[in-house]
Amino acid sequence: MSDYLVQFNNISKFFGKVIALKDVTMKLKKGEIMCLLGDNGAGKSTLIKTLAGVHKPDEGEIIIEGKKTIFDSPKDALDMGIATVYQDLALVSLMSVTRNFFMGREPMKGPPFFKTFDIEKANKIAAERMGQIGIDVRDPSQAVGTMSGGERQCLAISRAIYFGAKVLVLDEPTSALGVHQASVVLKYIVKAASQGLAVILITHNVHHAYPVGNSFTVLNRGKSLGTYEKKDISREKLLSMMAGGEELNKLEVELREMNRSPAN
Amino acid sequence: MSTKSKSIETKTDFNQDERLKKVSKLRLLLNRPELGALGGAILVFIFFGIVAGDTGMFSAYGVLNFLDVSANLGIIAIAAAMLMIGGEFDLSIGSMIGFAGICIAIPAIYWGWPLWMSIIFAFSMAVLVGYFNGILVVRTGLPSFIVTLAMLFILRGATLAITRLITGRTQVPGLRVLIEDDPLAWIFATDTFKWVFSWLGSMNLIALRTDGTPLATGIPPSVIWFIALAIITTWILMKTRYGNWIFASGGDKNGANNVGVPVGRVKISLFIGTAVAATIFATIQVLDAGSADTMRGTLKELEAIAAAVVGGCLLTGGYGSAIGAAFGALIFGTVSMGIFYTDVDTDWFKVFLGAMMLIAVIFNNYIRRKVTESK
Repeated sequence: MSDYLVQFNNISKFFGKVIALKDVTMKLKKGEIMCLLGDNGAGKSTLIKTLAGVHKPDEGEIIIEGKKTIFDSPKDALDMGIATVYQDLALVSLMSVTRNFFMGREPMKGPPFFKTFDIEKANKIAAERMGQIGIDVRDPSQAVGTMSGGERQCLAISRAIYFGAKVLVLDEPTSALGVHQASVVLKYIVKAASQGLAVILITHNVHHAYPVGNSFTVLNRGKSLGTYEKKDISREKLLSMMAGGEELNKLEVELREMNRSPAN
Repeated sequence: MSTKSKSIETKTDFNQDERLKKVSKLRLLLNRPELGALGGAILVFIFFGIVAGDTGMFSAYGVLNFLDVSANLGIIAIAAAMLMIGGEFDLSIGSMIGFAGICIAIPAIYWGWPLWMSIIFAFSMAVLVGYFNGILVVRTGLPSFIVTLAMLFILRGATLAITRLITGRTQVPGLRVLIEDDPLAWIFATDTFKWVFSWLGSMNLIALRTDGTPLATGIPPSVIWFIALAIITTWILMKTRYGNWIFASGGDKNGANNVGVPVGRVKISLFIGTAVAATIFATIQVLDAGSADTMRGTLKELEAIAAAVVGGCLLTGGYGSAIGAAFGALIFGTVSMGIFYTDVDTDWFKVFLGAMMLIAVIFNNYIRRKVTESK
């Protein structure tokens, strides 16, 4: 048995003639944060959905704790401890923090056939869990809509951890957030990893990924450009590896010339 | 690798954000969806207390009268509210009332079925219609507005066509004699707490007929059904897992699905709920009148939705309350009856109904913004 918690070996996924993913390999240990970088259209979404059990890979294998696994549904992936937090977070803004936290997995009490939603217990757990990440929910029955974007992201992650995630797949957790909020979320992700979870952080923002990641996989047009340990790669190198890197350089040159031209 | 992680202080500072205000208890109360309807109901009673306090509107007979009307509307309004919280509409409620009526009357009168069997038959048809509505909406992803609008025409048309085909008329009378000794009909046709009214009558506390029996004989079955449904549905919404799923299905279908809520099943069950509520409404009215009319329940679906909206339901789903819809129905029932006791022409009732609904929607919209607005 290897010391990797999850391994995705040579994963390929085709949609008709379109090659969405080709030979993507990723390995994660406990407590590790792997950042998956790529521009729009690089295949990030397809890869996430393959990890989450929405798509079945056409080639390659998924190995979890040494055992080869096939996900038939998102529920399978969840049962194996792979929890995916999508960009929409699966939170209902009109519902309370507690009701969101336990949505679909409500704690019950009472005799059979008369089981009721144990809202006191749920409130207590939700407040406690949010407190642990430093979010003071004054009232767990307040609507999620009153929370900030960062708080919501943390709530969604915290919920995934509470329900037994071993591997967290986070889809662009910081993309919609301001600088401060993003840093709060990143801190929380690091904390989650330090407690023994493996985290796959999907982002197109190198500045968010670089400080927290242990390793980086760059995806471009459905192919992996390789996985790099942090010590082996610089932030600038990562940036230029992403599809946008070259173009940004070009843009810089163009802008410089535009600035020069009025003077002439 | 974790040396770096450990050094990071994870205690964050959301709670030290100086821009956040503490939320007062009053604000929390204001966030309850049924508050508007409760306030509205109180205002309506104060208004009629002043305008019609000495007219007999608040005699035992008068009170039972407007309670009966409110309760009938309330039964379907509560079911409509549950469905709206679940994110869908049912415009076929009114047609279902007419359809259920003849599902009871034709087998009982023309086919010689016992009344209880006809009633069970009507409820079975309701489950089928509700299931069909639900499965169509869930499977096709079409707006329930359109699907149930189609069902509104189909059911009403079928009701008329079938009735005329079998009976040659559009009304089926003659049910009253069948009620006695029927093992099931009494649930929908018995006035309760008669002894209270007899006692009140014997003490000369309430108005009597010339033969000495009280004018108001008992609590009509609609009121009992209404109160029972209001309690049960509120309990379901607040206290059960299924209740949480209703909110989740209406609030964010995809999100709910992603965390394992069986959204499709929840919605289908709510559609069955509205059809069954329409059948309860129909059974009570048909047994009370002793006849089924193919046009019974026309436009009732809109009144039910109006009451649900006044009760705090959002048209977009995910928010609202059953008890609010009950208050909404109480407002409409009270005003529709109370208006007879005032000098105001009854034609104005619809104006009131529309205005009330408009105010409620504006108010609800404001509340929704308050609830969902980000800090």
